[in-house]
Formats: sequence, structure tokens, C-alpha cells
Amino acid sequence: MTKMKTAEKQETTKKQEETPAEEWQPRIVAFLCNWCSYAGADLAGVSRIQYPPNVRVIRVPCSGRINPLFILSALRQGIDGVLVSGCHPGDCHYISGNLVARRKFALLKNWLEYVGIEAERVQFSWVSAAEGGRFAQILQKVIESVKRVGPIQKLTKKL
Amino acid sequence: MSENVKMSDDLKAVAKKLFEEKKIDLLIGYEKGTLPLRTTPCFVTSAGDCDRLVWDGFCSNNLAVYLPRLFSREGRPKDWRPPRVAVVAKGCDGRSLVGLVKEKQAPRDNLIIVGVPCRGVVDLKKVQAALDGKEPAGGEIAEDGTLTVHVDGGKDIRLGRDEVIFDSCKGCPHPDAPVCDIRVGQELAEKQAEADFGDIADFEAKSSQERWDAFVAEISKCIRCYACRQACPNCYCTTCFAEQTQPRWIGVGKDLTEVMIYHLGRIFHQAGRCVDCGACVRACPMDIDLRLFTRKILKDVKELFGYEAGVSLEEPPPLCTFKMEDDQSFITEP
Repeated sequence: MTKMKTAEKQETTKKQEETPAEEWQPRIVAFLCNWCSYAGADLAGVSRIQYPPNVRVIRVPCSGRINPLFILSALRQGIDGVLVSGCHPGDCHYISGNLVARRKFALLKNWLEYVGIEAERVQFSWVSAAEGGRFAQILQKVIESVKRVGPIQKLTKKL
Repeated sequence: MSENVKMSDDLKAVAKKLFEEKKIDLLIGYEKGTLPLRTTPCFVTSAGDCDRLVWDGFCSNNLAVYLPRLFSREGRPKDWRPPRVAVVAKGCDGRSLVGLVKEKQAPRDNLIIVGVPCRGVVDLKKVQAALDGKEPAGGEIAEDGTLTVHVDGGKDIRLGRDEVIFDSCKGCPHPDAPVCDIRVGQELAEKQAEADFGDIADFEAKSSQERWDAFVAEISKCIRCYACRQACPNCYCTTCFAEQTQPRWIGVGKDLTEVMIYHLGRIFHQAGRCVDCGACVRACPMDIDLRLFTRKILKDVKELFGYEAGVSLEEPPPLCTFKMEDDQSFITEP
């Protein structure tokens, strides 16, 4: 583990030395619901729509599965931005999972902003299985906004 | 006879009657503490014991905190029957009880809520500050809420109601338990105004960095004793996420980010549950201004979902339900 980390570090330093002007790339975690957004992302891939490689996708059964601690944990472990995406309201595979989740998300978003964490860090969206292009667009937008606020400093454990 | 003495006597009579009629196995109330100006929770199990009970403005503990463990079936034999319990409840305790009943932590049939009117409880830290180092020997509260403190070898000190009650009691919107079976004393007719979130709005108006700095300043005081969690009647999880090991959300150290996640998580868990009783603030040994954060959630729940915790038994908890027209302006490209 340590070896790997050092190797990784060396590699990044090397990279930075080689191309000092290279733009900082944020790391994004996307929680996508199995039935809509994950299929939407898949469609983007199948349709060969280009989107940035900064994203790590985690598939969840429903946006209602999202525990706020998932998001907090991601931020604490140094993820620069979190995107949670589910089915459009009314289209949930489980009828109302995303609607119940929406209330939780509204509170969480306000709550994190209230304590001074940038609003751009945690974002929510609705993407259906047919919206491959829209998925790429939203992702692009999320990445750009996270780039604007820079690497995460708050809430991340420093080792 | 002062009002408080009369109230205590009425309470004793009610409690005795409940035991004599064999309606309850246990009554949770307050008794005189060992130190002046203090009361302590007491568990009464027989009619003969009821004389220990008191009720006055020093009864600060939220007694609802004992119920989840009292009614928990964990580790109990299969044929175990939950006890019948009566709880002395001021406004905030009563609302906590409603929350617990709604979340199935206490069976309504086994619960008798004895409502007592509350004009605010005395914050001993404020009294101590006003006494300027002198030791109180005793004291009483007049009907208008004025506190008279007797000082050893000195003159009595009189303190106004607003000087000594907890911040959470000021502008309390529910001085009486909204749901109760027996009411002792007169219901406080003069219902106070809606909860005022002016301070929260002021904090929201600050810049992001200022808010973060304030958050860091408050949370860095925390020693992670978990007293806020233990004192909170709504924190009844058998294993708190802060101590969970699978998955292990946070370590047990005093690393600031971990302390932050603990508070962010715990306070967020109170969404739609917190009744702003102030138990967490009272329990905190480091004087963290937790209400600055808990009340934000309270405000949002009220504004977004129009929900106030613990007021009715019928209304479903806000995060268990939804409306099609709920606000979704925060969604990226809705």
C-alpha cells in the first residue's frame, strides 16, 4: 500500500515536472442509480459521447439508497466533488425512492453550505436512461464548477 | 403557598393516584438534587415513593431520553412485557415523547404523559456567573419567574427570569406538552410566538469562509465525550455511526475532520426530530454552541416541509414522506 502510494506520488511529481502548466484535475465520485442514471452513463459510453475521465462511478440501487454519510465520507477521503444522480421525479423504479431522497438532499445541501463547505462540492441531478448526452453535459458542468473552487481542503483528513 | 409547592403537591397526588389505581409500573420525574438549585431525575415505582417528586424551574433534564432503552426488546426474554410508564413532561419533553412514539421507540399504550406547564428552566451557569464566585445555598422561583438565590453569609440575590433561563427556553413556542394524558396545573394560555430563527438567518448571511471559520472554532472545542448524543432523546441508535465498525465511517481519534463528521452526521440525523430542548447544550462540558447548528436544520425542515417536530402524533416524519411539489431548485439542471 505504502509502496504503491510512493510510486503514485513519484509518478505525479514526475508528471508535474514534465508539464508544469497542466491544469489540476478534480476527482469526482458519482453515485448513479441503477435504473436511470447508470443506464444513462452507459448510453453515453455506448453512443461514444466523450466526457472527462475524472469521474468514479458508484452504482446504487436507487438514489434513495444514498446515505448522507456516503457523501461526507467521500469528501473526508479527499474527493473534490460528489454528484448524486437518480431518476426524474415520478420515474423511480421503486415508485417514490427519489422523491423521499429529494427531501434528504435538499436538507443536506443546505446543511453543508451552512457550515461553509462550497455548494459546488455536492451536487444532485436527475438523468434518465435515455439521456446519455445530458449525462455527459451535467458531468462536464459539475467538473467545471469543482475546478473553479479548487482542490478540497476543508473536511479532508490530512495524513 | 407558592405556585411551585402547589404544583409539586398536585404532581405527587396525581402520581399516587396512578399507582393506587395500578395504571403504571414506573413514573419518571424529578426530585430535589443534592446540591442547591438542582434537581435530578428520579424513578418512582410505588405510591409510597411519590413524595420525592418535585416540579419547579430547576427541572432541566429531558426525561424522554430514558424511554428507548426502557422499552427496547434487545436482550430481553421473549415473553417480556413492556412496563407501563408515566413521564413528567414539560413542553419540550412532551414533544420528544411524541417523536419517540412516532418512531416506535415507545408504545403509546404503555405511556402516560403527565404534562406540566413550563416557564423556562434555570441555567445554572448563568446563575453562577451572576453570583460572581459566591456559593448559592438555596433559592426559589417566584410566580413571575424571578429567581431569589440565598447566599451563605450574604444578602439574597434576585435575578429576573430572562437573565437566568436557558437560551433555548427564551421564545419557546410550546411551554406545554402538545400531546398529554394528564395535565397538572394550569395550561399556559399565553402561547408564545413562533420560533424565531433570526440568529440563524444572520449566520447564513455571512460569507462561506466566515461560516467555516465559525464552525471550525466551535467544533475544535469538542473532546468527543459524546455527552450531547447521550443526553439527546432522539439519539437512540443502538450503535451510533460514530462507533460503527462495519463500515467504519470515522476513526475514534480527535482528528478535527472526524470530529466534524461526527457533528455533521449527528446533527443531520436530527432532521425532523430535534425539538430544540437544549439537552445537548446543557450536557456539553466544553460549551459548544450546538444550537447554532441544530437550529439550522430545524429552520430548514420548517421552511421546506412546513414540519414542526413533536406537535402531532398523526403527521408523518418529514423524511419518511414527500410531496410531488417539494422544492428542487437545488438540483443541477432539473
